[in-house]
Amino acid sequence: MIAEPLLQVRGLRTVFHALDGAWAAVDGVDFTVARGEVLGLVGESGSGKSVTGFSLVQLIDAPGEIVAGEVLFEGADLRAASQERLRELRGDRIAMIFQDPLMTLNPVLSIGEQMAEAILEHRNCSRDEALNTAAKALARVGISSPETRLRQYPHEFSGGMRQRVAIATALLNEPDLIIADEPTTALDVTIQAQILYEVQKLSRETGAAVIWITHDLAVVAELADRVAVMYAGRIVEIGPVDVVLDRPCHPYTLGLLNSSAALVEPGERLHQIDGMAPRIDSRPSGCPFRPRCERALPLCAEQDPAPRELEGRSIRCHNPVQLGVAA
Amino acid sequence: MTAPLFELRGITKHFRGKATLAQRLLTAVGQHAAPPVLRAVDGVDLTVAQGEVLGLVGESGCGKSTLARIATGILKPSAGEVVYRQRPVSGLKGKERLDYLLKVQMIFQDPYASLDPRMRVSRIVGEALSVHKLVPKAEIGPAVDQALSEVGLDLAYRDRFPHQFSGGQRQRIGIARALAVKPDFLVCDEPVSALDVSIQAQVINLFMDVRARYGLTYLFVSHDLSLVRHISDRVAIMYLGRIVEIGSASAIFAEPAHPYSAALIKAIPSAARRKSAFQPLKGELPSPLHPPSGCPFHPRCEHAMPVCREQRPALVEIAPGRSAACHLHNASEAA
Repeated sequence: MIAEPLLQVRGLRTVFHALDGAWAAVDGVDFTVARGEVLGLVGESGSGKSVTGFSLVQLIDAPGEIVAGEVLFEGADLRAASQERLRELRGDRIAMIFQDPLMTLNPVLSIGEQMAEAILEHRNCSRDEALNTAAKALARVGISSPETRLRQYPHEFSGGMRQRVAIATALLNEPDLIIADEPTTALDVTIQAQILYEVQKLSRETGAAVIWITHDLAVVAELADRVAVMYAGRIVEIGPVDVVLDRPCHPYTLGLLNSSAALVEPGERLHQIDGMAPRIDSRPSGCPFRPRCERALPLCAEQDPAPRELEGRSIRCHNPVQLGVAA
Repeated sequence: MTAPLFELRGITKHFRGKATLAQRLLTAVGQHAAPPVLRAVDGVDLTVAQGEVLGLVGESGCGKSTLARIATGILKPSAGEVVYRQRPVSGLKGKERLDYLLKVQMIFQDPYASLDPRMRVSRIVGEALSVHKLVPKAEIGPAVDQALSEVGLDLAYRDRFPHQFSGGQRQRIGIARALAVKPDFLVCDEPVSALDVSIQAQVINLFMDVRARYGLTYLFVSHDLSLVRHISDRVAIMYLGRIVEIGSASAIFAEPAHPYSAALIKAIPSAARRKSAFQPLKGELPSPLHPPSGCPFHPRCEHAMPVCREQRPALVEIAPGRSAACHLHNASEAA
């Protein structure tokens, strides 16, 4: 791999201030993304995966605050960057795709106007050239008769089409990094397959790196090169997809994989993880997964496991499931 | 075969939009412009045998939730008949109608919208018991406690309000409410779609446990094919208001007979596959206001033939217990 990764995140910590204190939604997250790589960021509701995505581009508003860590994009820390510099980067070098495309698209502007705006903000070209580029981008994500579509408004598009428009807009300036936050969660499986197909193709063609935030391990398995599993604000296991999903070492990763209905014989009981994820303001001492963990040791209650290397991935666990060792 | 517990015969549900101002003006000047009719469900026949789990699958807008609501009597069909224990429910009166309404219970998708936020859990679960005087007043408390413990909820929670619970716990309250009246048929409309993966497994296991305990029959509506495959004995696949294929779950997932079923099954992401070459189904779900002519799936179908554009294929039996609505199968029959 090349010397400097495209994105390097170290010790990222984002808290939300409340009357009774500051609670960490992201609690010391480290990872890197190389050029052209697809990283799947997986977790359940409240695990901090979306806040991590927003923190990368410094889109955290009060009462939230990024209190520690570095977000190095091509070696420069985005936390130290000026608002102007961030404006230059967002939508140009770094693009975001959100779960709800209706939130991203302005309902009173035609698709063409919004897409041209995204180009003219960052490029020195005429409006006609910008519209021309926009039409090409729409065609690239599989939207037919793009010239007509540019004159239409968001409400004239179906959910899947809107998400394609959002993706086309994100790709307009050929970004180096795309952060996609649950972009297919609200869509039907056949539409999801279409979107995954487009994203995969585009990342191959343009060499853009992708951070794909989702709760669906199966999507990550099919799409990503590497996977990071989040629980209670931290990455508990991160490594190549083949390593982590084929031989999970963290009991939470294993539990998530086993609870999928696709993996057991029809009619058999699903493997369930008992209990539920802790609230942000009442995380247990030591390892936050301990109360739900079948492999918890006395040590787990006392000491928060630090990240360490194990069998080709990084993991935060005192008692990991290991190859050749009976569970 | 014994008589089915529950039947839908030729169920059709049309929704008519409100006339727009322009349409009303046109009507006023004598030019009739009827508001469009949305055919949410269009001639569906289904039978559910005692003790079986029938999975009903389809994408958004295919009419699966409308069908679930018709089955429970929440919506009245525009045409067709709901038959419970060999008796058409439209003809039921008084005690018999109440019996059908209580024996057929529904579990809703959204555990946030389906519980009254101003009622305590004990009242939510016990309300039907007291309203219909199913048990003496003194026994309502114990009956509620029993329902709560059956779904694994701590009895200490009985006086709490819904907002004090997580999504998974709320869905358990919804299940307890349904179980309290001792139903024999549960209609579950996307019961776990709103829940996290690890919580989904808990609730699915609960469904299987209560089924085994009481010999319940389920109509399980979902867009999640791997879940439906896991829980169902038979599966019906819907597209634009009609059933396109129905048969045993193992047979359909092993070898789908309808091109739409095949496309759906292929689109399920799998944790076992790596770096897939996704092969998406072309096009979008057509608007049910203007369904395509002939077979509604033909514009997206890779096997479409000229006949598909003109003639709507009927749902015909292609193997014992297996039916599909596709000209491919009719053609092979004729040949």
